[in-house]
Amino acid sequence: MSTTWLIVLLVGAATAALKGLAPVLLGERELPRPVARVSGALAPALLAALVVVQTVGDGQALTLDPRVAGVAAAAVALLLRAPLLVVLASSAGIAAAVNALT
Amino acid sequence: MAAGARDVAPIALAAAVIGMSFGILARDAGMGVVAPIVMSLTTFAGSAQMAAVTVMDDGGAVAAAAAAAILLNLRYVAIGISVAPSLHGRRVRRLAESQLATDESWAISQDRGRVDRQRLIGAGLVLLVAWTTGTVAGVFGGSVVGDPATYGFDAMFPALFLALLVGQLGDGRARAAALAGALIALGLTPVAPPGVPIVAAAAAALVALRPERPA
Repeated sequence: MSTTWLIVLLVGAATAALKGLAPVLLGERELPRPVARVSGALAPALLAALVVVQTVGDGQALTLDPRVAGVAAAAVALLLRAPLLVVLASSAGIAAAVNALT
Repeated sequence: MAAGARDVAPIALAAAVIGMSFGILARDAGMGVVAPIVMSLTTFAGSAQMAAVTVMDDGGAVAAAAAAAILLNLRYVAIGISVAPSLHGRRVRRLAESQLATDESWAISQDRGRVDRQRLIGAGLVLLVAWTTGTVAGVFGGSVVGDPATYGFDAMFPALFLALLVGQLGDGRARAAALAGALIALGLTPVAPPGVPIVAAAAAALVALRPERPA
């Protein structure tokens, strides 16, 4: 088997297993209360981490690039209670504008 | 399902363009045309695919490429735990449906502290089609539109996560978890391999173990 296909297979199988681990093992069993509380808090914790890494992360470096302006524009749109589509459009629009200017 | 599909549409557009850049990167790395498309269909996780291809292109070993991708995807264990209570039926079916969970489809299917299965499936399917179609365009056509950053598409993903985060900050526990998660990710990014900061940030959810204070 070529290296390429070996990697495609390995990464594909591992990802499927990681995604399916909890749904297959836990099933729809209701989690004990403390575990359910932690599970409910996973969303804000992971979302906040994704915002940070995808706004200022670049591999192992922290950078300030047009994405920061885009996310700031999204934050302003969110403060103004704009709909999601407007929030996303402002982030892309401002980031593109800053990218063009720099 | 339609609601999930509709809400994820702008993100799907960005995903298609990023998928296109993955296709170009993979073809230039000598992966051929079929393997990148199969990878987009099966792995279905942008950052992990990009990482694997980059390591391969730099002449890295199979183990190094796979390890980079798997490290980036470790966060799906946490996402799986959050998705699990919403999936029903036989194990095979739960396994199949869990594959549609991506950062974006999972984020967009949050509903009062739970994952809405219908929205997850709708958004996941639309993203899968967009991501794979983009990859096909990339490996065959090369760049039709150029660098995704030119259009600010790379800023749309954190903007989406921010928008969904704001809707999650209802109680003090959620705010504490978000703050701790952000600080862990920020602190670890310069020192830990990519992927680790987000996995470590999942530990911030443990703040929810503290006893409830009367309001």
